Amino acid sequence: MFEMIGNIFRNLSSKPATRKYPFEKRPAFKNARGQISGIDIDQCIFCGICQRKCPADALKVTKAEKSWEIDQFKCIICGACVEVCPKKCIKMEDEYKTSAYKKEAYKAVQNTAPQPPAPKED
Amino acid sequence: MGKSGKSGKSGKTVIPFGPQHPVLPEPLHLKLVMEDEIIVEAIPAIGYVHRGLEKLTEVKEFTQNVFIVERICGICSMMHAQAYCQGIETLMNIQVPDRAKYLRVIWGELHRLHSHLLWLGLLADAFGFESLFMQVWRNREKVMDIMEETAGGRVIISVNAIGGTRRDMSPEVLRKVAVIADEIKEDMMQLEKVFMADYTVKHRLVGVGVLEPDVAYEFGAVGPMARASGIKQDLRTTGYAAYGELDFEPVVETGCDSYARTMVRLREVYQSVDLIKQAIGKIPDGETSVPVKGMPNGEVISRVEQPRGEVLYYLKANGTKNLDRLRIRTPTFANIPTLLKMLPGSQLADVPILILTIDPCISCTER
Repeated sequence: MFEMIGNIFRNLSSKPATRKYPFEKRPAFKNARGQISGIDIDQCIFCGICQRKCPADALKVTKAEKSWEIDQFKCIICGACVEVCPKKCIKMEDEYKTSAYKKEAYKAVQNTAPQPPAPKED
Repeated sequence: MGKSGKSGKSGKTVIPFGPQHPVLPEPLHLKLVMEDEIIVEAIPAIGYVHRGLEKLTEVKEFTQNVFIVERICGICSMMHAQAYCQGIETLMNIQVPDRAKYLRVIWGELHRLHSHLLWLGLLADAFGFESLFMQVWRNREKVMDIMEETAGGRVIISVNAIGGTRRDMSPEVLRKVAVIADEIKEDMMQLEKVFMADYTVKHRLVGVGVLEPDVAYEFGAVGPMARASGIKQDLRTTGYAAYGELDFEPVVETGCDSYARTMVRLREVYQSVDLIKQAIGKIPDGETSVPVKGMPNGEVISRVEQPRGEVLYYLKANGTKNLDRLRIRTPTFANIPTLLKMLPGSQLADVPILILTIDPCISCTER
């Protein structure tokens, strides 16, 4: 009985165990595997190691086109590509993002010439 | 009144239990042959979440398979990857650094901790004790936070790699883990009273689903199921990873009923906290992984103690980057026969508790 009264007072005076989510957000942990957010395409050498190591076949590297592509719907965010990248240019964000609205793959293409008019082609 | 038809003269009714049922997190289907409220026979039907992961491992590279076997099951994902990595390391004669072995113990015990806390919560939920369920899961959240902080993911932590671990824990983080482990132990000490002495909890558990030690042995029970029936069987005593250098005894209860199985898991929570602290105290400095060269060849059986019991990995490699065969026998698969042994003779109202006490992990079983 006394224990119960103690518990009641403790619960009345203590903070709630949960967070008031939309108003109070927990900051993401450092180095958490949140999302592959993109690539620093100017650093990329198009070796294709990330594509070979990806267990989900989510990456597509084309040397001829100088492009790097990720299908976020296939990606399992294991971080294998980030680890094997020799240039360390694949970016991992520590915050998990909500799902996308469009089913479009993220594609980055490197511009080789200094200022060409429009060498990009999709 | 059963949903299926009556089978004539004997007056037996078949009641389908699952695959969708409030107590089941995963689809397990049982056909219960009933005589009034008493079960006469239970016929299992599994295969609702088969994903063909064993076949998939044959077409992926052996290094990529670590991520695939982790996704067999969320709750024991770390141990799946550990069993697979230990198997490949045996095949390729890789000496894993000592620090990696200790890190594997720490992450493994954190996984056991969160699995048992999840189970204790689900059990409380199964007999309608909602507040207990919430208290236990509040404690579990601390473990999940540690895992996200140290490994980068809450459930699929992806720390294992062939040749060691992918991440390291700094001394500050290790100290923090020890402090939080103590907090969890303290909180569980308070909740322990409810599990051990509460009238309603005992009423639902004591004497329900008795599994005699010889029956448990004969039907090949593993893990907490076997240990609650007095069989002193724990694969961690074989000393894989760094368990050989840590001091612990398997938790054994002799009650043989659902209450004993609850006690085994409750005491294993404390054991895991103890093992985490021991490992943090003894962890050596050094590398966390060694480079892997070459391809595996030959066949090996690798066994690891998961929260639910013993998992068995059979690996057959042929010297190329793909494996010939990967066969996994999971603890739930070994425990389903004992469930079918326990069910006949019990009340329909006890079926949820009985199914839950084997701690079913159907996605493990079906892969």
